[in-house]
Amino acid sequence: MEYLNLFIKSIFIDNMIFALFLGMCSYLAVSKTVSTSVGLGCAVTFVLLITLPINYLLDKYVLQPDALVEGVDLSYLSFIIFIANIAAIVQIVEMVVEKFFPALYGSLGIFLPLIAVNCAILGGSLFMQQKEFENVGYAITYALGDGIGWLFAIACIAAIREKLSYSNIPAPLKGLGITFIVTGLMAIAFMSFSGIQLG
Amino acid sequence: MANEKKPGVFTGPLWTNNPVVVQVLGICSALAVTTQMKPALVMGISLTCVLAFANVIISVLRNTIPNRIRIIVQLVVVAALVILVNQILKAYVYDVSKALSVYVGLIITNCILMGRLEAFALGNKPFPALLDGLGNGIGYALILFITATLRELFGSGTLFGYDVLARFVNEAGYDGYQNCGFFTMPAAALIILGCIIWYQRAKNPDLQDK
Repeated sequence: MEYLNLFIKSIFIDNMIFALFLGMCSYLAVSKTVSTSVGLGCAVTFVLLITLPINYLLDKYVLQPDALVEGVDLSYLSFIIFIANIAAIVQIVEMVVEKFFPALYGSLGIFLPLIAVNCAILGGSLFMQQKEFENVGYAITYALGDGIGWLFAIACIAAIREKLSYSNIPAPLKGLGITFIVTGLMAIAFMSFSGIQLG
Repeated sequence: MANEKKPGVFTGPLWTNNPVVVQVLGICSALAVTTQMKPALVMGISLTCVLAFANVIISVLRNTIPNRIRIIVQLVVVAALVILVNQILKAYVYDVSKALSVYVGLIITNCILMGRLEAFALGNKPFPALLDGLGNGIGYALILFITATLRELFGSGTLFGYDVLARFVNEAGYDGYQNCGFFTMPAAALIILGCIIWYQRAKNPDLQDK
């Protein structure tokens, strides 16, 4: 039940895009068509699912005070360890996908290396560190929820932008401006979830 | 990275080639830290410092970095600088550091850094790279500052924590100012930024989408 709560909370209430603004850059850049944005969303979810548990274990057994050596607090190194881990994992994922799933690589190819610098991934790890989960199961649930929430948001905005391209918008507002305002309206809609009582 | 050459290296990014509203880089933190002015200002200064130093370092190293691993080298340089900034913030302005929470760490993946390092520092001498870093950092801080001013003024009626709006309204003979809670919500940040972009594009018609 705890897991379900965390899952729902990370998809709707603490949505990566609408509440925390993580991964906005690729969210704005890649959301022109639904198919590519769903592909990117899946890739982000996948990388989150791999990196978050690893970073959780690193944090718990290496970085936290007294974890590795008695009396040594390595937590100031967490940024560099997390980002190194993420960059390495993304590199490995890219190579594995290229070797064994050429079709998937063809459709995701350009996005995969970019995921290393997607704030949603590092942000997920840093928020996870802040939330101090009890075990790795929570970290996996949180990763899945965050990823799906991000996928959901980018798929929605891509669908809206496809429709918007046919509408008559004032010239200065076209493209980026209207995307921001629509995202703002979607964020208002998502605010209604914040009233949900869980547990 | 449109119109790279037209304006000056330093002055261009301040408005006509602003990193946030024109190059669409670094949106995440621009939206997240702008509910209050003080964190926004600290964030703007931190990012400017990190960007200027990272630009110089990468520019000095640009001929020695192998092309294939340059992203990892860039991430390591930036991460080291961000750790420094984070430790300094924790030591001297702990309350602001708490308010910024993970967004200091997220400077590492801030697209402005990767974008400028890739687009400018890798191909230019250290001094122009320093100017480019400062210009982009200040351009980013400017947008943060505008958004934060609007959000704090209307959302809590204060500026830098000082009660401004309520006092003003009281002096005008009305009965206090009711805070507009909407401005402290995430949605307001998006809509304000959308309006800044609208204004900016209206003033610079050549930036408009066709």
